[in-house]
Amino acid sequence: MTADSEKQERADHESGHDHGHQHVPSDTALRVKALESLLVEKGLVDPAALDAFIDYYEHEVGPRNGAKVVARAWTDPEFRAWLMKDATAAVASLGYMGRQGEHLVAVENTPQTHNLVVCTLCSCYPWSVLGLPPVWYKSDAYRAKAVIDPRGTLRDFGLELGPEVEIKVWDSTAEIRYLVIPERPAGSEGLSEEALADLVSRDAMIGTAKAALGGDAAS
Amino acid sequence: MNGIHDMGGMHGFGPVEPEADEPLFHAPWESRVLAMTLAMAGWGRWNIDASRFARESAPPELYLRSTYYERWLEGLCKLMVERGLLTEEELAKGHPAPGTEKATPPVAAERVPAILRSGGPTERSLEAQPRYRIGEQVRTRNIHPEGHTRLPRYARGKTGEIAMLHGGHVFPDSNAHFAGEAPQPLYSVSFDAKELWGPEAAFDGAVHIDLWESYLEPA
Repeated sequence: MTADSEKQERADHESGHDHGHQHVPSDTALRVKALESLLVEKGLVDPAALDAFIDYYEHEVGPRNGAKVVARAWTDPEFRAWLMKDATAAVASLGYMGRQGEHLVAVENTPQTHNLVVCTLCSCYPWSVLGLPPVWYKSDAYRAKAVIDPRGTLRDFGLELGPEVEIKVWDSTAEIRYLVIPERPAGSEGLSEEALADLVSRDAMIGTAKAALGGDAAS
Repeated sequence: MNGIHDMGGMHGFGPVEPEADEPLFHAPWESRVLAMTLAMAGWGRWNIDASRFARESAPPELYLRSTYYERWLEGLCKLMVERGLLTEEELAKGHPAPGTEKATPPVAAERVPAILRSGGPTERSLEAQPRYRIGEQVRTRNIHPEGHTRLPRYARGKTGEIAMLHGGHVFPDSNAHFAGEAPQPLYSVSFDAKELWGPEAAFDGAVHIDLWESYLEPA
């Protein structure tokens, strides 16, 4: 077991989330509960506002947003050109904007070039189009490995690229957020924009997967 | 700072392990930490760069054994105390100090979606013209500031090419320490894999890193 998965397992276990029969709250869960009570008692936060923040990330943003951007780019050459030139504005025209998506750049995969996004210093991620990042994206292993061994990193996801493909890794060290536009899968001609969006997984927009017919799409 | 958070290129963390059907949160307390962090930002006592610095200045052994939201929790508590919203004693006891007047939370639930949709853009207008042009060769400075910086260790003293100009952006090295936004031109700089990792580099391609002008000198 790696250090990252061991950590997550400990956190899950302490939260009573792993085996179903263990429901004693963890020290962290108790500490967080105590902190929230203190902040509410001091009038520093409104608990209804906390619920509203969570609701937004549970319901308003997620990888479906990004998948719609990709599907539009695949079907509308004018939109694609706009997206490659000014992703922030093009994506905002579909209604996706805001926190951790204030400044977007789209990078396009081709048969010759594969793009992969990471944040080695923390966990910067385009929340406005992909939602909150998965644990693996925030893991020490991914942050360490993606820039020195991107091919090995992709193999961890079961993705093997041919030797002719050049890799571009994007380390998100500033407030620019990168969205990978995967290649449109062969055989997807004639599909509607909505059906195309179903082919675009979250991982395909980070660069750790390809878009595929019958792939594990974003939901 | 040369902190443990600066993980690009480190070995020993093992493979990246994506989790199938990963939940948005692994325990309810994770969502409360996210929400408290976002809500407390409404007090305007710190900024995103100060938040990152608070997280990365945790003791290395604590940072390594913490999960993502545990790191957030530590960072939030540190900032609230440092910036005068809570005392250590209140945190320890879980209640406001006697005689404390109850505050009014700055963020009400109904404002949350608008706050998240507007985000916190960091682009600023600049008085001076950017010093470098696209295609120009630059070298990163070999600097080791004890404060916050977004120039990763693996990319110091390296030669690359200006690939994009992102406009003027708030300078984290200054802003994290409440010394002003001090905006500078921000560039995407492309580094050949062999320049970063030597002739035995594990891949052909490049790593693009977003870097502020004062990190760079002409090559």
